Amino acid sequence: MGVPAVEVQQVSKHFRLYHERHSSLKDRLIHPGRSTYSDLTALHDVDFTVGAGETVGIIGRNGSGKSTLLKCICGVLQPTSGRVLVRGSLAALLELGAGFQIELSGRDNIYLNGSMLGLTKKEVDRAFDAIVEFSELGQFIDTQVKFYSSGMYVRLGFAIAVNVDPDVLVIDEVLAVGDEQFQAKCLGRIRTFQEEGRTILFVSHNADQIRAICDRAVVLDSGEMLTDASPNEAVRVFREHLGESAFPDDLGAPNRQQRAVKNVEILGVDVVHGAKLQSGDPLHLRIGLQTQAPVTAGLVIEIHKYNGELVVRTDPDARDAQIRIPAGECVITADVDRFDVMDGAYQVNVGIVGPNGTTIFDWKECAAAIEVAYEGRASGTLLLIPKVAVEPRPEDGAA
Amino acid sequence: MTEQSTAPQPLRRPPEQRETRIVSARSSVAHRFRELWRTRELLVHLTQSDIKVKYKNSALGLLWSMVTPLMQLGIFWLVFGFILKNGYPHFVVFLFAGLIAWNFFSGSLNTATGIIVERAGIVKKVAFPREILALSTVGAQIFYFSMQALAMAVILVVLQASPDWALLWLLVPAMAALLVLAAGFSVLLSALNVKLRDMRHLIEVATQLWFWLTPIVYPYEKLAPQLRTLGIGWLYLANPMTPIVMTFQRVLYPHLVVQSTNYPKTPVPRYLPVLPTWSPATYAGLDCLILVGAAALLVFAVWVFGRLEGNFAEEL
Repeated sequence: MGVPAVEVQQVSKHFRLYHERHSSLKDRLIHPGRSTYSDLTALHDVDFTVGAGETVGIIGRNGSGKSTLLKCICGVLQPTSGRVLVRGSLAALLELGAGFQIELSGRDNIYLNGSMLGLTKKEVDRAFDAIVEFSELGQFIDTQVKFYSSGMYVRLGFAIAVNVDPDVLVIDEVLAVGDEQFQAKCLGRIRTFQEEGRTILFVSHNADQIRAICDRAVVLDSGEMLTDASPNEAVRVFREHLGESAFPDDLGAPNRQQRAVKNVEILGVDVVHGAKLQSGDPLHLRIGLQTQAPVTAGLVIEIHKYNGELVVRTDPDARDAQIRIPAGECVITADVDRFDVMDGAYQVNVGIVGPNGTTIFDWKECAAAIEVAYEGRASGTLLLIPKVAVEPRPEDGAA
Repeated sequence: MTEQSTAPQPLRRPPEQRETRIVSARSSVAHRFRELWRTRELLVHLTQSDIKVKYKNSALGLLWSMVTPLMQLGIFWLVFGFILKNGYPHFVVFLFAGLIAWNFFSGSLNTATGIIVERAGIVKKVAFPREILALSTVGAQIFYFSMQALAMAVILVVLQASPDWALLWLLVPAMAALLVLAAGFSVLLSALNVKLRDMRHLIEVATQLWFWLTPIVYPYEKLAPQLRTLGIGWLYLANPMTPIVMTFQRVLYPHLVVQSTNYPKTPVPRYLPVLPTWSPATYAGLDCLILVGAAALLVFAVWVFGRLEGNFAEEL
């Protein structure tokens, strides 16, 4: 792999949380003692490397230290101990539009921001048209930034960061903003970056994005690094260890207490008739469960391709997905008449969640694997077999 | 799409050939200066945007940067020259020579002190050597200084007063000393203000006091003899702004002794000493001495800044 592009070496960061802040001379004189504070460890001994050209994801709950870690890598914060080595130029999207001077025009801000990223005026000149083009701002480029809509703000920020030719690009959950079309454009640009052999550090809440984009992922929890593994494995660790707060985002907010009380556990998932199927075969899953108290819950089945692309996620609130689980061990079955997907290897994740997505009782990543075979000439993701017929000609006598 | 500049580059430089940046708890002063030098272009951009933003939404725009100093000049001239009749011919030139240097210094200090707190948004979000923010306020003062120099030139032409052309070169060491001194104080105070927020108000008061301790509205020779008899003449010169201001006066108001303009009304002509009879070399020597001291201050300031910078994120 050669020399890594980013080395995070035993980085720790402590913050002081002041209870009462004496930040004026007067206060200091009145309270000659030190201000009272408690120490907060935001990062503890985080250590990993990112090879040149690699895309590494960072996942963790809110407050797990993701942003602190990124800030240390960018140099906005200095670690309390340890150090970070970055080889080559770095562009960071910590918060889109950070560093914009809102009184100035978009044009002036491109130059200002460019020089903050370490570019010379000539380099910005060269990238200027591409930035304006990418940001889709057009004539608004000479308008003061304070009159921009939040979407325009975001587009300009992203456009600058990706067009300044960085060796290392750091992205902090910024893809959540902007409309879908712009998001797709950003993801497209990230793919181009990967092909160009640039290094990317990517923070996201979205497991699908992590799986789809990253070569590797790091899981953080309360400042500790839980794992540094393949995206699938990292997402599994993240969901299983931190399941109570984990995504899928659309399943809603965590509820730790409920999980502790009900204590549902998925024991295992079986694919009846074996894991090798033909396209269009029925799919039968048997899921072993164990609970301490009876609970009504919904079943979620997620099927991914092995490259991380989500094929389908079922709706746990659908009437057929609701189940009443008795106390003790039990087996539930989930049957699909036709599993119409094209050939390939698929991964099945299974979750038991509360009504309206308030609680995740348990979540099992890679609960089962399925191989689907297909012998035909169709292609795509889904197998679609339309019934084709010739419509009878209208009666001649009708005219 | 214009893909010229962003066209895929099949081969990026391998990481071992790239510049390595290290982020760690402590960075040496030498490293900090290297970083400052590397990002000098940002300094220019920040300075420009500072100036642009300041006058963006005002009708008179940049003219405002002239109004305040000219107003100040007018008031001092009115009070000391006209009402108190201190008798110095072309007193307005003498005043302006000192004020132009002083405004640069106090302007830098007063804007730089609060700058880190003011720009907390980018300090917390963007990585760059933060000293640049303090230095950019000094940069903006260079611009205002030039505007005032222009006004000064107009006044000189109108009054047909000529500077001492042969001594014009003295302004070089004086300017250098002034610049580095202002930069040193600016960097130091901007960092201290993050920890002690009322530094700002303290500096406002301190610069007022400092202003009157410096021979700007009164000449050096008015006060120096008395201090010399008390044996503390050296103390007066220990104020680094004193020799700098005096150099400006020596060049732009080239009279060591002047005849009082009150003469026709007084029985005998009176002569007023303005500046000591130092050789140009003495001025240059003093300025260079201050330059060296100011450079040491700047190094110290950058060191202090580095020590405090790690806490900016939690203090802001």
